Amino acid sequence: MGTTKKTYWKGLEQLKNDPAYIKNADKEFVNLGAEEDPGHSRRDFLKMMGFSVAAVSLAACETPIRKAIPYVNKPVDVDPGIPNYYASTYINGGDYCSIVVKTREGRPIKIEGNSLSSVSKGGTSVPVEASVLSLYDNYRLRGVRIGDKSESWETLDKEVIAKLGEIAAKGGQIRIVSNTILSPSTLAVIEKFKAKYPTAQHVQYDQVSYYGMMKANEASFGTAFIPSYDFSKANVIVSFGADFLGTWLSPIEFARQYAATRHLDEDHREMSRHYQFEANLSLTGANADYRTPVRPSQSGLAVAQLYNLIAAKAGKGMVSGGLEGVANLDKAAEDLWANRGNSLVVSRSNNKSVQILINGINDMLGNYGSTILPNMPVNYRKGNDEAMSSFVSDAEGGKIDGVIFYNCNPVYDHPMGEKIAAAVKNMTLSVATNYTEDETGSAVTYKAPDHHYLESWNDAEPKKNFYSLSQPAITPIFKSRQAQESFMVWAGETNVDYFNYVKENWKNWFYAKSGGTMDFQSWWDKCLYDGVLEPGVADGTSMSFAGDVAAAASAVAARYKADNKGFELVVYESCGVGNGSQANNPLLQELPDPITKVVWDHPITISQRDAAAAGFTNDGESNTHYGALTVGGKTMNVPVLIQPGQMPGTIGIALGYGRTKVGKVAENLGINAYPFLTFSDGSIGLSTFEGVSLVKTETPFQLAQTQTHQTYMGRESVIQESVLSEFKKNPAAGREFPKITKWDEKVDPSTLSLWKGHDYKDHHWGMAIDLNSCTGCGACIVACNVENNVAIVGKDEVIRRREMHWMRIDRYYSSDGKHGDYEAMEKASENPEVVFQPMLCQHCNNAPCETVCPVAATTHSTEGLNQMTYNRCIGTRYCANNCPYKVRRFNWFKYHDNQQFYQSNPAMNTDLGRMVLNPEVTVRSRGVMEKCSFCVQRIQTGKLNAKKERRPMKDGEVITACQASCMTGAILFGDMNDENSAITKLLKIEKDPKRPYGIDKKIGNPRAYRVLEEIGVKPNIFYLTKIRNKEEAKGEA
Amino acid sequence: MQASSALRESLVTGGKTVADVSQDISCQVENKPSRLWWMAFGTSLVLLIYGGYCCWMMLWHGIGMWGLNKTVGWAWDITNFVWWVGIGHAGTLISAILLLFRQRWRMSINRAAEAMTIFAVICALSFPAFHMGRLWLGFYWALPLPNAFGSLWVNFNSPLLWDVFAISTYFSVSLLFWYMGLIPDFAVIRDRAVRMGHMTRARVYNALSFGWDGAAKTWMRYESVALILAGLSTPLVLSVHTIVSMDFATSVIPGWHTTIFPPYFVAGAIFSGFAMVLTLLLVTRKVFKLEDYITIYHVELMNIIIIVTGSIVGVAYITELFIAWYGQVPAESYAFYNRVMGPYWWAYASMMTCNVISPQLFWIKKIRTNLVATFVLSIIVNIGMWFERFVIIVTSLHRDYVPSSWTMFHPTMYDIGQYLFTFGIFFTAFFLFAKFFPVINMAEVKSIIKSTSEKKNSSAH
Repeated sequence: MGTTKKTYWKGLEQLKNDPAYIKNADKEFVNLGAEEDPGHSRRDFLKMMGFSVAAVSLAACETPIRKAIPYVNKPVDVDPGIPNYYASTYINGGDYCSIVVKTREGRPIKIEGNSLSSVSKGGTSVPVEASVLSLYDNYRLRGVRIGDKSESWETLDKEVIAKLGEIAAKGGQIRIVSNTILSPSTLAVIEKFKAKYPTAQHVQYDQVSYYGMMKANEASFGTAFIPSYDFSKANVIVSFGADFLGTWLSPIEFARQYAATRHLDEDHREMSRHYQFEANLSLTGANADYRTPVRPSQSGLAVAQLYNLIAAKAGKGMVSGGLEGVANLDKAAEDLWANRGNSLVVSRSNNKSVQILINGINDMLGNYGSTILPNMPVNYRKGNDEAMSSFVSDAEGGKIDGVIFYNCNPVYDHPMGEKIAAAVKNMTLSVATNYTEDETGSAVTYKAPDHHYLESWNDAEPKKNFYSLSQPAITPIFKSRQAQESFMVWAGETNVDYFNYVKENWKNWFYAKSGGTMDFQSWWDKCLYDGVLEPGVADGTSMSFAGDVAAAASAVAARYKADNKGFELVVYESCGVGNGSQANNPLLQELPDPITKVVWDHPITISQRDAAAAGFTNDGESNTHYGALTVGGKTMNVPVLIQPGQMPGTIGIALGYGRTKVGKVAENLGINAYPFLTFSDGSIGLSTFEGVSLVKTETPFQLAQTQTHQTYMGRESVIQESVLSEFKKNPAAGREFPKITKWDEKVDPSTLSLWKGHDYKDHHWGMAIDLNSCTGCGACIVACNVENNVAIVGKDEVIRRREMHWMRIDRYYSSDGKHGDYEAMEKASENPEVVFQPMLCQHCNNAPCETVCPVAATTHSTEGLNQMTYNRCIGTRYCANNCPYKVRRFNWFKYHDNQQFYQSNPAMNTDLGRMVLNPEVTVRSRGVMEKCSFCVQRIQTGKLNAKKERRPMKDGEVITACQASCMTGAILFGDMNDENSAITKLLKIEKDPKRPYGIDKKIGNPRAYRVLEEIGVKPNIFYLTKIRNKEEAKGEA
Repeated sequence: MQASSALRESLVTGGKTVADVSQDISCQVENKPSRLWWMAFGTSLVLLIYGGYCCWMMLWHGIGMWGLNKTVGWAWDITNFVWWVGIGHAGTLISAILLLFRQRWRMSINRAAEAMTIFAVICALSFPAFHMGRLWLGFYWALPLPNAFGSLWVNFNSPLLWDVFAISTYFSVSLLFWYMGLIPDFAVIRDRAVRMGHMTRARVYNALSFGWDGAAKTWMRYESVALILAGLSTPLVLSVHTIVSMDFATSVIPGWHTTIFPPYFVAGAIFSGFAMVLTLLLVTRKVFKLEDYITIYHVELMNIIIIVTGSIVGVAYITELFIAWYGQVPAESYAFYNRVMGPYWWAYASMMTCNVISPQLFWIKKIRTNLVATFVLSIIVNIGMWFERFVIIVTSLHRDYVPSSWTMFHPTMYDIGQYLFTFGIFFTAFFLFAKFFPVINMAEVKSIIKSTSEKKNSSAH
């Protein structure tokens, strides 16, 4: 093939090879010039299209709409994100606590004690801490209801006034029924009402009556009153069934005073001695040094016996009816007599004669004026059982035409509730001001709901000359109205503003006496700011005991029996649900009973001996059977719990359960024990001696208990305890010093470590928990739940052992088992010694949880905290497995926005309940681990405040929620690097000069120990040994 | 003097020729599945579907569907995980260590054993995945991947992370090894398919065999890769279960915190793995009529390994008890007291009976050469090994240091369902494998055929 000379060209430009052509020849697209460039490339087009498609498809997905309504005008005092605190007063019937309410953006989210009050002294209790959730109870009345219809206040007022007028016109009887009213202004309002309707009478009653005590004081001193007590001055305390640390009269006050007498250190080796004679194992009994189980039918005789023992020493006349042979009673008498003037004898009995004997004993011991302060009478319980009884009989007899129940629920919580409910139906007028439609609310026609106390103005006089104010911490959520205003409206007043009324009263009553150094407004503002007004105790006239002890003793001998054989029923208030007024509060229902550790259930307690006789068994899984309990001819089926420490022959049953109308949380949980209370000798007693029987049924029942193993199995590295006699000799008594064996010697476990340890240059947070001060009440648990948005999981989940509490109180009974006989060690003694151990994340310095997390979701902070990063957690649960203290809690389900937990966990599942959540703490999602954070949000706030003010942090600036709630001061949190902090001083920390910021600080306090020291995880929580004021220690385990 | 060794018995009986091998094994792939196969496969599918439902319910509602609680954070999930990983070990041991030791009897069982390893490891892996509270994040947060979270990285201190590496390495190497061995056999099936005119099958198996050409060079490469992979797998036999055991051994929980765990776990793994291989092979042998390839001799050898490893495990149990007593550490003593005498005594008793006592029966030659007895005992051993892990995990956790937190664990139907789910995966996969892949390594078995010029003795079998 020959070569061709043909040339192909694209155009003339190529043929000509002109320079302009050559320049652009290798470019595919020639520059088109500005006017032709649309400005958008193909790439841009694709980008735009991709974005549009994605945006359109995203917009098509429906996202839930959450409305956040901003302030139109920012309220002056409210800065979003900054909490406001208001001093106020918790009043629930006669229960009183001076409080500080923490609010965020106008919502109360936490209640803490008000340390300015010399009554509650900054303490709170379980019901007080939990009451913030009752504010957001979904079952509150939304407004006025007449019958079953919602109506307006105007209609209600019109009808009520018309009916009151009708009754007044025909001279009919009107009654106002209430629990004890602490508020002087409220009483004044009721007086106004009575002035308008002269046939109106005010009847006060208490769920748990102290009327016998008042009558005894009337017989002994001439006036019916209840004195103040000062346990802090008592070296010897003898209590006949009075649960003064849990429920008796004013536990917040008493627990603090009591704890002061139990404080020990190297320089102070004396503590009070506490004897308890009771049938149930109460919280107080669990803290006693000597506890003797006594039948209720013998308790009066035991008091008489003590009277005689003291009288013999005092050279006074004996009385009849003393019962010989009550263990520890002679010893108690010896101790009481040796501490004359610094001792105290109290009794839970509501029998007038028994209380006269108690007064007689205290009088012989010279306790009036030192541990009993009659010049400071308290107003906590003013209920008059006789007046209430005659109200019931009048109502039944049709003699009463109108009744107003002021924030009380006698249909449920009075022994004759059923009769009241029946009688009310026939009355012309029946009104209830209760804020929920409870049993009484459903019985009456007119429901005129009062505000919750956190929405109310009010005042209170818990003790003579001690006043405090309540102020609203939130605008009323529903269309409720202050009950006092209702009374004023119905009384025909024109000026019905209760706030002004209280203010005026205070001006008239107290401002005048204040000396007038301030103008009224400033004085009032200060009162409101402080929450309390304490003008000082007026010196009362000295009282002399004039009780007829001989007559009282014969009355006691007539009522009580030395040889009752049958079962006896003892009714008590539980520390959580209490008298049942807040029963619909899941925080209380899921608070483990301090003794039984039962939640959401209402078992009766029987002794080991009776259980064996009747064939009841409880296994390690809380499986039990129903028993058929017969009281006074009525039989009910109740689950049975075998309770160590229970007096054989007695059955314990708690009040507060068996609500029929209160809200889904508590409805039909257990049975109502109020009808078991009996009226005798003019007052309502708490025990029944006759007609009680219990038969086992074959119906099984599983209780929900948060602790199913009852003894500590002799593990001295967990619980370290001793007795005072040993402590006096050696303040390290009871301490266990575990050693690790090396090849040549035994060494302290803290000296061996694979880790280099940490150095905390700034703070080193730590905690000290005094086992001697902790009474086990559980206020810290509720406080922690509220502060940290801890989920409440309900009964079924607790049975699956999945409660979420970050803080728990381990309760161990002593056992008679020999060391090494593990089977015997699992069984609690018949009348055991009890120890309470608050248990929370120990914030280990060598934290075993931290090393095992594959994704580093739990890490160590530079201040010694063991931190949990919820966002990072993938939920392998390895950390929880490897936690020796088992304090980590896993979110097994989604506890928020989940229908399954709607009833048990309203704080995360209802719009109303969610208002209580602490916005500073994340609500944890499903599948992540959580645990105590040492209230890191509070630490952070404290640090930021100090930083803003350019100063170092002060000790006490950061107080954890548990510490704040602890009325006995058993919990102390602080910076262990700060030489002047309280915790450094308490633990006597000495810095290692070689490594001042290291983790191995020398702890000088011989009582301080770390739980499970032998595994070398080096916790930042120290416990102080439990010391009992006994001569010798009981068994080994 | 002249010494002469006795004539070794043929490892393949029935006077099989090389052609017989191809025919006997390939025909299982080529023929229509038998009714027996359909029944077995159907049952596995039912298990898989039911288990899948339980698994879905757990994923939808949360780990709370299982019976775990605040004290017992792992129970059936990790028990099953360790159990399945353990089972996998036999496959690796057979294909790697026995290859290195030139144990030629392994040749007829290694394919199935390796397949079992792969499927068992898949089943095992499902548990660490599903047991996570937040699987949707955990599956990649547990890997050291560069991310947009700043300096956030995995925690190399955590034994769980070691597990991630150990198991994923193990899985990759096992899968490679198994697949590598399959390549020449796939080529056999391809070639037969071409001859039979099944072009679709030929194409599929051609792809699966990566176009194997059977050249001497290819065979040479094949054998060197096999040797290299065997070398790589050998340490894995020891390392994987060692690392799994460290999940427990490095913790502080009494009953877990034990230095004896690594060898104890490895022995236990081989023990249970051999039992599982036996269970599967005795069934496969029957269903696919492979009696001449998997002989009584194989069964006996494996039973001997079961005696040895079972005894090692037994010694480990007794050593634990001795140390618990001798060590005088109260929590440790109690943990072991509680294992034997506590509320889960029945689990401990089952473990001891199944793992320590029952394999001792294999000392009796009659039993170890009896197929029914072997089958029953192989299942008992696997039950025992499941209990071993349950005992270690649950009885250590349920009563550890602080008595207030002691609880019991009760499985729910979802715990059981999750376990059945893995059985569903395992058997479905195994039956698919048995149908579509050659269950015996033809290429290797052909190398141990004693070929003679004699005609096949039809009365030999």
